[in-house]
Amino acid sequence: MQYSTEEVRVRDVGIHLRKKGKGEPVLFLHGAGGVLDWLPFFDQLAAEHALLVPDHPGFGSSDDPQWIRSIPDVAMFYLDLIEQLDLSGIHLVGHSLGGWIAAELAVRNSTRIKSLTLISPAGIRIPDVPVGDNFLWTQEEHARNLFHSQAFAEKMLARVANEEELEIQVKNRYSFAKLAWQPRLFNPDLEKWLHRVRMPARVIWGEEDRILPAAYADLWAEKLPQASAMRIPECGHLPQIEQQERVAEDIKKFLKEVSA
Amino acid sequence: MKIMNFTLMPYRPLDLAEAKKKRSAWVVLPNSFYDPEKGASEYESFIDLLAYSEELGFDGVGVNEHHQTAYGLMPAPNLIASALIQRTKKVEIAILGRALPLVSNPLYIAEEFAMLDNLSRGRIISGFVRGIGAEYHASGVNPAFSHERFHEAHDLIVKAWTHEGPFQWDGLHYNFKYVNLWPRVYQDPHPPIWIPSQGSAETIEWAAAPERKYPFLITFSPQQSVIRNLNLYREQARQYGYEAAAGQMGWAAPVYVAETEEKARNEARAGIESLFNNYLTLPMEMLLPPGYTSKASMKKIMGARSGIGMEFQPLEKIMELGTALIGTPQQVLGQIERIREETDLGIFVPMLQFGTLPDDLAKRNMEMFAAEVMPHLRG
Repeated sequence: MQYSTEEVRVRDVGIHLRKKGKGEPVLFLHGAGGVLDWLPFFDQLAAEHALLVPDHPGFGSSDDPQWIRSIPDVAMFYLDLIEQLDLSGIHLVGHSLGGWIAAELAVRNSTRIKSLTLISPAGIRIPDVPVGDNFLWTQEEHARNLFHSQAFAEKMLARVANEEELEIQVKNRYSFAKLAWQPRLFNPDLEKWLHRVRMPARVIWGEEDRILPAAYADLWAEKLPQASAMRIPECGHLPQIEQQERVAEDIKKFLKEVSA
Repeated sequence: MKIMNFTLMPYRPLDLAEAKKKRSAWVVLPNSFYDPEKGASEYESFIDLLAYSEELGFDGVGVNEHHQTAYGLMPAPNLIASALIQRTKKVEIAILGRALPLVSNPLYIAEEFAMLDNLSRGRIISGFVRGIGAEYHASGVNPAFSHERFHEAHDLIVKAWTHEGPFQWDGLHYNFKYVNLWPRVYQDPHPPIWIPSQGSAETIEWAAAPERKYPFLITFSPQQSVIRNLNLYREQARQYGYEAAAGQMGWAAPVYVAETEEKARNEARAGIESLFNNYLTLPMEMLLPPGYTSKASMKKIMGARSGIGMEFQPLEKIMELGTALIGTPQQVLGQIERIREETDLGIFVPMLQFGTLPDDLAKRNMEMFAAEVMPHLRG
């Protein structure tokens, strides 16, 4: 079965939303690169849940309102979207930049959130554990540093973007900088509120992540009151692609336990 | 024509071969390449060269701001301007310019310029720029807000210079309960504001606006682009309903003169080639961080260019483009005159020291330019 798409208008912002499956809602918040393809990982989640995959404001085919200027803005915006769609009992899943948004959202209002899954999220900082500078890397370095297995990087590099994809890539990169350039990839005011995220949480990390080192998995697991962490060997910054089978199985199992 | 002698103050003792192995001479070039003993001598040499401009009859001298790079040793150009005020009596001193978006409090820039203006009894020209892309890596300032910060800082500085304080400033990026400049600026209404730029329609439209009429200085560009941009400015002024004065249009370029073209080429080669191929190496990711330029121009550039200084440009290529003027005084004069005829150019900023060009050649270059080119431009 194919996924469906629709445009949802929240306040003055049009959001491009992909949907697939039935069951409890899973809201997936993408990373800085956006959603260039519908992933096999999405199909796995959609097999047991009603999966929603929006493009963030400023990314993909969504509008880019000037008034959204920070990750906390995006988090507040998603609270509006959740209320407008009247979603409840949501399993929130966020990757990287989207994991950061998910955490900011959950500290603000978690009444409609049933569980939180963070895949290599940005958002907090461990002093002296440097994160990779993907604003300085060339396209090739970026692709190579995203993955542990270079076969994935080769595939990414071989891909020739058409006009529309190029436009979206530039748009995503501009919004990424706007939201995450300074302070780089974190909010100094997030970590001290993570104790408020009281729902069950799962943290998933690639052991060989060259953007956000796996050491961060431990800090997230420590700060979130009900979290467990899984570190996956031989895996980079995109576990849902590089180890999609394993990540999807782990999330499905976690969601079952939460709902039991 | 107003003529200003300008230098970037590159770190000339740089080990060019070793530095070339690094990604860039900006931001990531380890500062272990810098030797403080040699660097101190460099500052002395450059200040001597610039101060000598007064004796040679230049209208002014120019300094500028760059950060974390061997390309230019003036992260705080006002310090050099202050030294030059003490070494000169008449010349104008142009800071070309201060990068407004990079500071968290633009009032400090307003205050420093006001001090310089008083110290020099009104010999200061204040250039305002956004800084080049690499500066957003060096400063951490978000390039997405570069334009917003530039415009707001500009508005704040000009208001602080021209309005009685204290007043309150309520902005998007800057908020101050008290704005009250001590000292006030010396010049009335304020030091001239120049806009050095590599040229963009947005910048030209803004600088030429009737309430500003800021001189636009096109820097280090092929002559085709110099002509195009200066005429764009003139055309823009006409659209605003006025005729731009010659003093509103300027051009900055490396210049080298000698008795014969061959001698000029030979003596200028190492300096010019190091400037464009060693000091000015900027991969795309440094040159244009996301937000620094519009999405449309970014899309055009993506894939088309890998940056600047990434492929070797010989002296001949740089001369052919007219980015640098190298030859006999007559040849150089001819090129400047051609641009003047086509654009009504009124400000010329020759960079008479560039790259590794040593003191003795830079000095001789300044002398010959002052004696054999400058007088004809004044006529």
